Amino acid sequence: MRYIEQQAVVKRMNGRLIANSIFKYLFLAATLVALVALVILLYRIVSQGMGHLSIEFLTNFASRFPEKAGIKAALVGSLWLMLVVAPTSIILGVGSAIYLEEYAKQNRITTFIRMNISNLAGVPSVVFGLLGLTIFVRALALGNSVLAAGFTMSLLILPVIVVSSQEAIRSVPRELRDASFGMGATKWQTIIKIILPAAIPGILTGSILALSRAIGETAPLIVIGVPVIIQFLPAGVMDTFTALPMQIYDWSSRPQQEFQTVAAAGIMVLMAVLLFMNSIAVIIRNKFDKRY
Amino acid sequence: MRPSVQEMIARSNGKKNKKVIEKIMPVLLFLIASVSVLTSVGIVVTLIVETITFFTRVPFFDFIFGTTWLPFSNKDAQFGILPLIVGTLKVTLIATVVAVPIGISAAIYLSEYASENVRRILKPILEVLAGVPTIVYGFFALTFVTPVLQSVFPEIKIFNAISPGIVVGIMIIPMIASLSEDAMSSVPKSIREGALAMGSTKFEVAWKITLPAALSGIIASVVLAVSRAIGETMIVSLAAGSTPRFDGDFTGSIQTMTAYIVQVSKGDAGYGTTIYYSIYAVGFTLFVFTMLMNILAGYVSKRFREEY
Repeated sequence: MRYIEQQAVVKRMNGRLIANSIFKYLFLAATLVALVALVILLYRIVSQGMGHLSIEFLTNFASRFPEKAGIKAALVGSLWLMLVVAPTSIILGVGSAIYLEEYAKQNRITTFIRMNISNLAGVPSVVFGLLGLTIFVRALALGNSVLAAGFTMSLLILPVIVVSSQEAIRSVPRELRDASFGMGATKWQTIIKIILPAAIPGILTGSILALSRAIGETAPLIVIGVPVIIQFLPAGVMDTFTALPMQIYDWSSRPQQEFQTVAAAGIMVLMAVLLFMNSIAVIIRNKFDKRY
Repeated sequence: MRPSVQEMIARSNGKKNKKVIEKIMPVLLFLIASVSVLTSVGIVVTLIVETITFFTRVPFFDFIFGTTWLPFSNKDAQFGILPLIVGTLKVTLIATVVAVPIGISAAIYLSEYASENVRRILKPILEVLAGVPTIVYGFFALTFVTPVLQSVFPEIKIFNAISPGIVVGIMIIPMIASLSEDAMSSVPKSIREGALAMGSTKFEVAWKITLPAALSGIIASVVLAVSRAIGETMIVSLAAGSTPRFDGDFTGSIQTMTAYIVQVSKGDAGYGTTIYYSIYAVGFTLFVFTMLMNILAGYVSKRFREEY
């Protein structure tokens, strides 16, 4: 008895092999589309913006004249924004993660909080802007200040920080915990002296990546009413300010060709800030990877 | 002399505030964790309250079935949201057409063909692409993709639906690729090896074994990416224009829901005007769209998961 029609198999073999290699290169080509898009994007921005990038660009305020336009107010404004967003979002995010991983019982409230966090991650950023406009700008009367924008951004990136902190806390080995309890430490002592120090690299990596998302986010700032042309630097968290992406948005949407060059230079500054933050995250990740 | 362990425990137990801290911390952390719930409640309540105020001025049915969006007219302002929805769907459609085949093909390549070394180069590139701020994509769409398209198809206007659609598509490729790859990688090796041992080619394994087995995860990733595309704001604000239109034209200026919110926010529509409340009504519609997509994604990945 013959199980396989040898003739039939041989006949079809060539076609199958050809299909296999065609599709292999087709799939590879699709993957390379992403790479090509990234290269073109970076090349375009650098070739356009390089000419405008100078020390004056970093130290000048915004201007009606493209050649005088600088990014000082936006750069300092973004730093002020981070001064509010970093502590707010990390305290809220890590606190939530500790609660969910260490204290939360398996009940409906916990399931609800978890579900809620994953749903919050899917809400468009412009909707967070509407929340900030109503609650922080109007109801709490913070105006379009650094504080109002900072709180809005903190809520926007909260889900990302919670999830990455939860993963970091979960990856701390059980033995460390058991040993700490075995030595007579209480739950809070174990959390603050054993678990958090062990989870800190993971928490930091996740938080920095989340903060770099906040620094590039534009839509909520526009909705809150963050202005663009500002000729002074904020002196405190209640002052009005402008931020890098706002400034870039304003320059990009101007009709004059010259402002596109300015926008490209602004994007280079923004990308440099992001690159700096991401490399810190990568360094932390590599340094502390697989300690256990 | 260092104190013995017993002494340390005794000393630690003697501290007055220790018991208080153990009692307070769970409560405090619970309150912190509730901030995310409060945020959701805040979003929903804000949107609903302001939208209700909007509906006291504009009839509900005029809003959801109206085919003219003319908010800035002094005499005859009309708030029919369909043109904004159509604009959003145009961009989303093009983004999906661009991103789904490329994203899934990339996922297949990464999970079925790529060696460990190749993967180590390609995955960070996808991560970088996912980390580029949307304002940068918007600039790219306006100053590069649109002119390139115009040089090939002269009938395309400076603001159109195609260029932002393509760029939104590029933006969501990494999302589809990495989530689909996760789904494919979780298909057990034994099934694949079984098919290979029966004489299948790699392509046949990918097409007939891995893809069907990971289908629920792949569909969920696409739905999530579509939801991202619907909510995308800066690319469409910069490159799609601000002309709400209820037709099937892709080459001219359109307006999406998100772009309308931006347009009103950067002008100064006074607090309390109908235009001011209209951004909440549009925001609420947007919120409902994305929420439904997210729920659908969760349902698909749970309901149709293949268990091994």
